[in-house]
Amino acid sequence: MSQIAGHLEPYLVLAGILFSIGAFGFLARRNAISMLMSIELMLNAVNLSAVALGVFIPALVGQGIAFALLIIAVAAAEATVGLAIVMAIYRNRKTPLVDEYDTMRQ
Amino acid sequence: MPLPDTLPLIGITWADALFMTLGGVAIAASLFVVLGRDIIRNGLMLILALGALAGIYVMLGAAILAGAQVLVYIGAISVLILFAIMLTQSKAAAAKLTFQTQAIPAALIALLLTIIFAITLGTNDWKSTVFPGTPEPQGTTSTAAELFGPYLLAFEVVSVLILAAVIGGIYLAAIPRAGQIGAEDDEEVR
Repeated sequence: MSQIAGHLEPYLVLAGILFSIGAFGFLARRNAISMLMSIELMLNAVNLSAVALGVFIPALVGQGIAFALLIIAVAAAEATVGLAIVMAIYRNRKTPLVDEYDTMRQ
Repeated sequence: MPLPDTLPLIGITWADALFMTLGGVAIAASLFVVLGRDIIRNGLMLILALGALAGIYVMLGAAILAGAQVLVYIGAISVLILFAIMLTQSKAAAAKLTFQTQAIPAALIALLLTIIFAITLGTNDWKSTVFPGTPEPQGTTSTAAELFGPYLLAFEVVSVLILAAVIGGIYLAAIPRAGQIGAEDDEEVR
């Protein structure tokens, strides 16, 4: 009988750690693409917790995986539009660093 | 020769060892994504973290989701991110400051988030709701029943959303031709 992998909590702990790492990256990085990568990390952490809950809780069997599939699809759409916006801004401003996007600053 | 039940010398089961390895790889690669200086390597480490998470999905018995993770995240999104990195990287960018000036408050906020997660996990009684033992691997039948039953509307809305995102992405990233909206603004830059 496995001590760690057969319980729900370790998966939720891992998801929490990954989400915190992603949140730090989103707040701290200067590069817009790094921020998008951090968002992907956070979405994956949410996916992991959804799947773990869907697998371990009898009332949610099947729902967790279905929900995670929908999240993956929405993440793909978000990445497409986000990277296109970064490319469009880069064409005008010649920099991917977000703190140099200060046109609208008063 | 049959394998022993636990790892030799350490005494932990194979499933635990696999979970700890995959989880450790995921955390280490995520930290590299967030803290690393070279953004190309950050993108490659993102692929490693997503692959480790796909392995954890397989451990949880969600093989269909692991397949989707490999196809969509590793195959499509990571390649898109790597292309965007290569298109926007300048020679000076790596030498410049990687983090914002607010990096220390950001670290404090992330730490606070971790503490909130730990408190939430610690105060909840999971034992009463979860399966008593290790759950069986799920087939795709229960997932399909949910996806095409209660979540059918969400499924259809997501497909329309992806279509809109693809069209929007092409419109945003395309170089405007003469006579199109936005073409005049670009003339002076180029």
